[in-house]
Amino acid sequence: MSLDLKTVRRVASLARLHLEEGEDARLQAELNGILGWIEQLQAVDVSGVEPLAGAGGTAMPMRDDVVADGGRAEAVLANAPDRAGEFFSVPKVVE
Amino acid sequence: MHPTDFTIRGALEALGEGIVTSEALTAAHLEAIEALNPRLNAFVTVTAERAMEAARASDRRRANGVARPLDGVPLAIKDLFCTEGTRTTAASRILGDFVPPYESTVTANLLRDGAVFLGKANLDEFAMGSSNATSAFGEVENPWKRGNDDGTRLVPGGSSGGSAAAVAARLAMGATATDTGGSIRQPAAFCGIAGMKPTYGRCSRWGVVAFASSLDTPGPVARTVEDCAILLGSMAGHDPRDATSADRPVPDFAAACARGVRGLRIGVPREYRLEGMPDEIEALWQQGLAWLRAEGAEIVDISLPHTKYALPTYYIVAPAEASSNLARYDGVRFGRRVEGGDLKDLYERTRAAGFGAEVKRRIMIGTYVLSAGYYDAYYVRAQRVRALIKRDFDEAFRSVDAIVTPATPSAAFAAGEKQDDPVAMYLNDVFTVTANLAGIPGLAVPAGFDRQGLPLGLQVLGRDFDEETVFAVGTAIEHAAKLTAVPQVRAFA
Repeated sequence: MSLDLKTVRRVASLARLHLEEGEDARLQAELNGILGWIEQLQAVDVSGVEPLAGAGGTAMPMRDDVVADGGRAEAVLANAPDRAGEFFSVPKVVE
Repeated sequence: MHPTDFTIRGALEALGEGIVTSEALTAAHLEAIEALNPRLNAFVTVTAERAMEAARASDRRRANGVARPLDGVPLAIKDLFCTEGTRTTAASRILGDFVPPYESTVTANLLRDGAVFLGKANLDEFAMGSSNATSAFGEVENPWKRGNDDGTRLVPGGSSGGSAAAVAARLAMGATATDTGGSIRQPAAFCGIAGMKPTYGRCSRWGVVAFASSLDTPGPVARTVEDCAILLGSMAGHDPRDATSADRPVPDFAAACARGVRGLRIGVPREYRLEGMPDEIEALWQQGLAWLRAEGAEIVDISLPHTKYALPTYYIVAPAEASSNLARYDGVRFGRRVEGGDLKDLYERTRAAGFGAEVKRRIMIGTYVLSAGYYDAYYVRAQRVRALIKRDFDEAFRSVDAIVTPATPSAAFAAGEKQDDPVAMYLNDVFTVTANLAGIPGLAVPAGFDRQGLPLGLQVLGRDFDEETVFAVGTAIEHAAKLTAVPQVRAFA
């Protein structure tokens, strides 16, 4: 499979990456190089093999459904680029 | 002998006997950093005052008879571990001057045991790279030089390049590192030191900036195998805040180093014999096996048939997880923001300005393989191949106790080489990436030198949660190799 420019731009939009003029063509070449190399996985017989999501092996542990942390607004907001009171602020979303 | 030449074991003994103080050890390392870091660029942040305060507090504890297991040992911390009150960058512009309001579990465990933190070590951006060239804070120089060629700058490997260079050059006695596809073992091998990627789940990931969560594994680098074992003993342990952290006791790793290898069965996977691999690497591998045989181990040929699919599998799984993990960097809650016309534009411009080229490439690959229509063909298929790679190891470990391979397919290369072709760079991790996919422990141990005098390492792989056998085999190789050469660029040289 090889990516066309339209797909590169669509993926960049999904990934929330602004592309500069000409960057889409460069990425297209790089990504197609990597995807071409990855293509060899199509040769592996994986019939009947369950996908392995993680290496942990053990089941996810359960914990008590109780509040264990919170009430630290100042610490949470300390690194915010912009804030209003106890809230993160962003440009207006709804007109 | 300078205080920077101590091993961790040696320093702990000297501290215990009152031969040296942590204040003196720490001051010597800070002096070495001041002299050499402008050249090596191994640290992005040096916390000199905090280090000296911690050293004096350590000396007071020792004087009062309440010294802890690592009391007074000066360490470097890879700048991927969140440190409360100290800037944490992941070597990316996008985190800006992020100062974590919390301490990662691994670094908290080291502080609990009395370690002194010298500062934050350089790395590839978000730990994505094999040469430390993708850092927003500039490249790191390998303290080793080729033969008489003082002019060529060699890479320290990556992503834990700052950690490995700092320890090799004696700017720190040991360091924390992380390994997602080889990021502990490859730089350790390039810098002539030991590096241990423990079993997935052995060390908590809580407070470590996430790259690929099912692969990321914190671990130590140090100048001896035993020092790695000592550090891992402090770093490891169950953490309820990481759901993948293993709830099992931490063995005495340092004691396991001296077990010897008599009666152990050591596997040699035929698929790790690559076409075009330098004959020096092959010779080193055979030498390592001969040493182990002489110590009473039995060498057994094994097969890991899906080895050649490990790297392409990794380059689907890791970018997929990275694209998801790195979605949080959007210029809203922390880090750098670039204003835009609307919220989506703000996100897109923030991320375009904040991420470097390699990180963007991986986010793009990850987003693509997870997108509708490609998810099954790429991502699910990669997870199935991952299961086969794990199965290969499960079957091998029915007949062997450990596996020995080369750590890397070459010695350290020059800065600027392999930068233009992402796939050529990815091949650095050909021997290491399998352990991440399977979750098993892997140790890089210095074992020899190439013709130009550059360090070469061997890798020891073990069963899940059997780091002890890995340390025993690594120590046997280290003792047989009897290496004495030191890097040209080092403290007080």
